[in-house]
Amino acid sequence: MKYLSKLHKILEDGNFAVTAEIGPPKHASAHGIRHHAEMLRDYVDATNITDCQTAIVRISSIASGVHILDCGIEPIVQMTCRDRNRIAIQADLLGAYSLGMRNVLCLSGDHQKFGNHPTAKNVYDVDSMQLIYLLRRMRDEKKFFSGEEIKEHEPRFYIGAVANPFADPFEFRVDRLEKKVEAGAQFIQTQCIFDMERFERFMEMVRERGLDQRVHILAGITPLKSWRAAKYLQTGVSSMLVPDSLVERLKNAEDQKREGIEVAIEQIKYIKEKVKGVHGVHIMAIAWEEVVPEIVERSGLYPRPKVDLE
Amino acid sequence: MRIQYSPNIRIVEMTCTGNIDHRVILNAFEEGADGVYVAGCLEGDCHFQKGNFRAKKRVNAVKKLLDEIGLGGDRLEMYNLSAAQGPRFAEIANEMTAKIKALGPSPLNSPAGGCCGCSKEGATN
Amino acid sequence: MIIAQQKPIKEIAAMIADCKKVLLAGCQGCVAVCLAGGDKETEILASALRIMRKLEGNPLEAVTYAATRQCDPEYIVPMDDLVKDVDAVISLACGVGVQYVAERYPDKWVVPALDTKFIGGSTVHGVWEEKCGLCGECILHRTGGICPIIRCSKSILNGPCGGSQYGKCEVSKDVDCAWQLIYDRMKALGRLDKMMEIQMPKDWSKSRDGGPRRAVREDVIIE
Repeated sequence: MKYLSKLHKILEDGNFAVTAEIGPPKHASAHGIRHHAEMLRDYVDATNITDCQTAIVRISSIASGVHILDCGIEPIVQMTCRDRNRIAIQADLLGAYSLGMRNVLCLSGDHQKFGNHPTAKNVYDVDSMQLIYLLRRMRDEKKFFSGEEIKEHEPRFYIGAVANPFADPFEFRVDRLEKKVEAGAQFIQTQCIFDMERFERFMEMVRERGLDQRVHILAGITPLKSWRAAKYLQTGVSSMLVPDSLVERLKNAEDQKREGIEVAIEQIKYIKEKVKGVHGVHIMAIAWEEVVPEIVERSGLYPRPKVDLE
Repeated sequence: MRIQYSPNIRIVEMTCTGNIDHRVILNAFEEGADGVYVAGCLEGDCHFQKGNFRAKKRVNAVKKLLDEIGLGGDRLEMYNLSAAQGPRFAEIANEMTAKIKALGPSPLNSPAGGCCGCSKEGATN
Repeated sequence: MIIAQQKPIKEIAAMIADCKKVLLAGCQGCVAVCLAGGDKETEILASALRIMRKLEGNPLEAVTYAATRQCDPEYIVPMDDLVKDVDAVISLACGVGVQYVAERYPDKWVVPALDTKFIGGSTVHGVWEEKCGLCGECILHRTGGICPIIRCSKSILNGPCGGSQYGKCEVSKDVDCAWQLIYDRMKALGRLDKMMEIQMPKDWSKSRDGGPRRAVREDVIIE
């Protein structure tokens, strides 16, 4: 089998994958990105680079990807449908491939209302489902989104998508995941998991449909710095479910940051051992990238497998 | 019962306060009224159920508009009283008269037209 | 119908600051129904502008007229005499009406009194909501009679996105998630299988993206 990326091979080989997330800065220096990349290099298989998350202007995902590649980590380029029409998406992804990027994660993107440019016009020319489908077709059938033939050098991305088991309608979430798999998604990263019971119910439905056999699901893990952060996610962010018990646990902890790390490690171990059908974790340490190595190491996921694609 | 009330009140009879729209009130001001008040039935006693409640909303909307255009929403008020409350009617008439007197004549009635003569050349924005 | 709302009066006043006499042209079409530009609103605005200007010591003569509708040029013709001696026309029509008035009177300063908002209907008296995105190719038969183009904040065709929770959109707790509504309706109709079909990208050339649009019916054109 010819692997599309390092992440592709790791997952196909049956390894429990580890991905992390690097959020580019709101300025024009890549110093921080490179610092985080150096730090994470030996602890993760690939890192996502967010695409102006929460609609805040930052260094672009693809430009950041160049820095990350340069630091020796495989990037997962996030591509949202919010800011680009089908022409710009394809142009950017052709460019990303030419620069050596091999994984792409397709998302709708957060609405601009909450970002730092709430008066912007949004695009949403294609949605995440269509983006998955069209990228797969681009690779497998050598066609532009319009259907026009790509004569040579079609981009051959390993295609990822997201799933949010905590959004509604709950019963449709697995259907929508199946739809994404049908469209061409090969790996899935989930929304941050805090409500383990709901995640397990979701995975149960995933297994019933046999979807875990068709796509690699990476469970989203977010270490929380404080009970206030937990409370904020619980009440201030749409489509997150944070149980009161977790808020309380952090509140009662002597050292909340330590406790946040412990919780993340417990979650990873639990998912790895108890939740069948999960093929890896995606650690989203929002503005707290430096704790990822410890979490990976203490979760028993270190060292990472060495992969040589050539 | 013969009750005296301020002689400066001009009564415009309406079938129901619910029939008063913004235009009637603005008209009164354009025609020279220094103040306008709407006297509706007691809340809950409207023969047409909600006429006086609707009037109240409209009066509030016109008050806001009067503030915006600089005439001042406090020249307009709404009161509720029943047809049997003669003394109350006189009291309101006197109260409103005192209030408007305190505010002074409507600037629309000053011979120059302007509020204080400061902008005889007109606004230029 | 087209839903419009009046601009702040100070903005309207600023547009005609240098005029001595204006015609306020209302429209008895959609904007009268949504209480933004009918004869009543036209007279209120005229009155308010007159008061405002008199207070500024710069009286304004404001006359009014309410056209049957301003989106058919023939209904603007009756305004000709009124327009002759005014310095400006304030149209209380939607953007369509303002443009037809401007076209008819090339030498007049024509300004809009309304912000044309959307195509929608009223939920209760005084509340209007957006229902149609004017995309040019209706897909309501595929979405259970609920338009995701305009009622989904992201115009997603394969929703609901991950931001839907408790039936509401991530954008605001006051906004229903259109895809939750579509899901509920499809479920009630026993057609959830339809939701599993991947909807392909829309042909936006049929919308404004294809350039200004025209609709023609040859059989009714009068030569």
